Amino acid sequence: MSEQSEQIDRALERKYDAGFYSDIESETFENGLDESVIRRISAMKNEPEWMLDWRLKAYHAWLEMDEPEWAHVHYPKIDFQAVSYYSAPKSMKDKPQSLDEVDPELLRTYEKLGIPLHEQEMLAGVAVDAVFDSVSVVTTFRSKLEEAGVIFCPISEAIQKYPELVKKYIGSVVPRSDNFYAALNCAVFTDGSFVYIPKGVRCPMELSTYFRINQENTGQFERTLIVAEEGSYVSYLEGCTAPQRDENQLHAAVVELVAMDDAQIKYSTVQNWYPGDENGKGGIYNFVTKRGICHTNAKISWTQVETGSAVTWKYPSCILKGDNSVGEFYSVALTRGRQQADTGTKMIHIGKNTRSTIISKGISAGRSNNAYRGLVSMGPKADGARNFTECDSLLIGDTCGAHTFPYIESRNPTAIVEHEATTSKVSDDQLFLCQQRGMDPEKAVSMIVNGFCKEVFKELPMEFAVEAGKLLEISLEGSVG
Amino acid sequence: MLKIQNLHASVEDKTIIKGLDLEVKPGEVHAIMGPNGAGKSTLGYVLSGRDGYEVNEGTATFNNQDLLDMDVEERAQSGLFLAFQYPVEIPGVSNMEFMKESVNAIREKQGKESLTAAEFLKKAKEACKQVQLPLAFLKRGVNEGFSGGEKKRNEIMQMILLQPTLAILDESDSGLDVDALQVVADGVNSQRDGERSFIVVTHYQRLLDYIKPDFVHILADGKIVKSGDASLAQEVEKNGYAFLGKKYEESEV
Repeated sequence: MSEQSEQIDRALERKYDAGFYSDIESETFENGLDESVIRRISAMKNEPEWMLDWRLKAYHAWLEMDEPEWAHVHYPKIDFQAVSYYSAPKSMKDKPQSLDEVDPELLRTYEKLGIPLHEQEMLAGVAVDAVFDSVSVVTTFRSKLEEAGVIFCPISEAIQKYPELVKKYIGSVVPRSDNFYAALNCAVFTDGSFVYIPKGVRCPMELSTYFRINQENTGQFERTLIVAEEGSYVSYLEGCTAPQRDENQLHAAVVELVAMDDAQIKYSTVQNWYPGDENGKGGIYNFVTKRGICHTNAKISWTQVETGSAVTWKYPSCILKGDNSVGEFYSVALTRGRQQADTGTKMIHIGKNTRSTIISKGISAGRSNNAYRGLVSMGPKADGARNFTECDSLLIGDTCGAHTFPYIESRNPTAIVEHEATTSKVSDDQLFLCQQRGMDPEKAVSMIVNGFCKEVFKELPMEFAVEAGKLLEISLEGSVG
Repeated sequence: MLKIQNLHASVEDKTIIKGLDLEVKPGEVHAIMGPNGAGKSTLGYVLSGRDGYEVNEGTATFNNQDLLDMDVEERAQSGLFLAFQYPVEIPGVSNMEFMKESVNAIREKQGKESLTAAEFLKKAKEACKQVQLPLAFLKRGVNEGFSGGEKKRNEIMQMILLQPTLAILDESDSGLDVDALQVVADGVNSQRDGERSFIVVTHYQRLLDYIKPDFVHILADGKIVKSGDASLAQEVEKNGYAFLGKKYEESEV
């Protein structure tokens, strides 16, 4: 038995114990970033030496890098020394003591989404400790995963329990110095998820961050690593349709997916961070690096519904290394108010007969800007590779913008790349028809937009798809007229 | 039911309706004919409250309510239906979803319970059969890729499902062959129950062979210039609009 699987076996014998966190002192770092801050983060997490080294190397690489400016987004320069890189969970007495103390606007939205009360409390940050632990569904969930041999835990815990696995794969898809924000994440990430699916295992349920307890404060510099061994399958859901409150303005997450031969990873995201007020003030800056690597016959599907954040900079990508591997990207990005989104994907075709599909739906309302940016690259060995891209933009009103930046590189004469793009408006004719049939204008717009997004929503897990539809409806409120 | 007095309306500052009077009582079918540019389609849009169609003068009441004071959807909810001359496409939204939303929006306003998916499906299937569209049309996007005739039948299907008290048919016959015309007319006739009223806007007398009007009005230059019974339509068919004066002599019928 390899060292690796021994590790896993040992882990499976152990009961899940979240006690690890209680060792952490409640503490928030003063603003600023230098080596000592990184050492402190690492020490608090009780990390092995190699992890600290890795962080420090990333930090030094980051120091040499410049913040990218090519994206079609505008925001004031971020002062990275004015950010606190570790903030401990708020103590119970600093939190709202009940839902009565929470912004009624937020509660109204939860209600519309049909979120149960105890979940509302968690999302709104009410002082109810470990409410999920007492819910039987989580317990059932955990034992089912253990039975299947699946590892699903906070990445800080994985660094302790499965150091070999983490060491082998972390940074293997998104290198430390990949880009400015990724390097920053590598240096200072605080937590995130780790998933390991053993060979030939079909993960018995959708894995969701939603079910992971103790996820508080992992949002700012979140790090996720998913490894699907040969012939395995996993569907992972990130985020939640309910608007999430977060005190931190700067978010820079990294997600790495590894799909070994014949493995399949389906990664679905609903991102609904606070977008800021109508002038764009106070919203989250979301700079995300997501990338997966596909080995022979493997498949990675990214599906995302992006409705939140003031600024979104995000390009979930696939490296199609193995022959016959498949990459998919389905995206709905909705911007309103002063929101700005620059999002898309990169499909890097390396192996023979690799295939990729890109379906991107951008919806702009208010004074927002929505850009699709995508790269399809056909390498010299990618014989018979194919890509199909469809990129549609929908405008609501006449003060918003939609932009498309497709990049195509082909170094193989047998590769085929197709690109289709459309831009349309929710027309007065459509609105009038719906109203003449008795619908109010907001209902009408949300129905039209949902129709526009249908191709993407059908890729989402069933429950998520219904929620995503409702989410669009709520997000579009007030965007008509 | 509908009472229009001295209605003046304009589009983009151009006055189109210039003092129109019309009264429609329950159960009546009124045909409105007239040369191109007379304001026939404008009348339908003004009555249904479309943006950009300004009422400058006059009144219109619908079931004793001030029609002109109501939003588009309120007019629809109180029973006014417009069958479009050029129905628009809504890609990705199935006919089913669209009509269910619509039926339930109207039921809600009338204080009735929403139909369940199963109840609605049953009604939708019946309506679909009645206008002789294959059931697959319920799943297709609203008007998406429909032929001209299919779009018109789809409008009639919506009318059957929504059960309005007053339906305005804006050239529902244009571009239809005889068979389709029969289907559309049958759909309308099936809804005539002595209570429900219709305003049938048409360019041709042909439709009126299938839908027998109680009154025929000739609309010219924004006014009703002549009213009569069904025989007026035949007269127009025979002699054109020459009686309107020199300006209309050449007008095609």
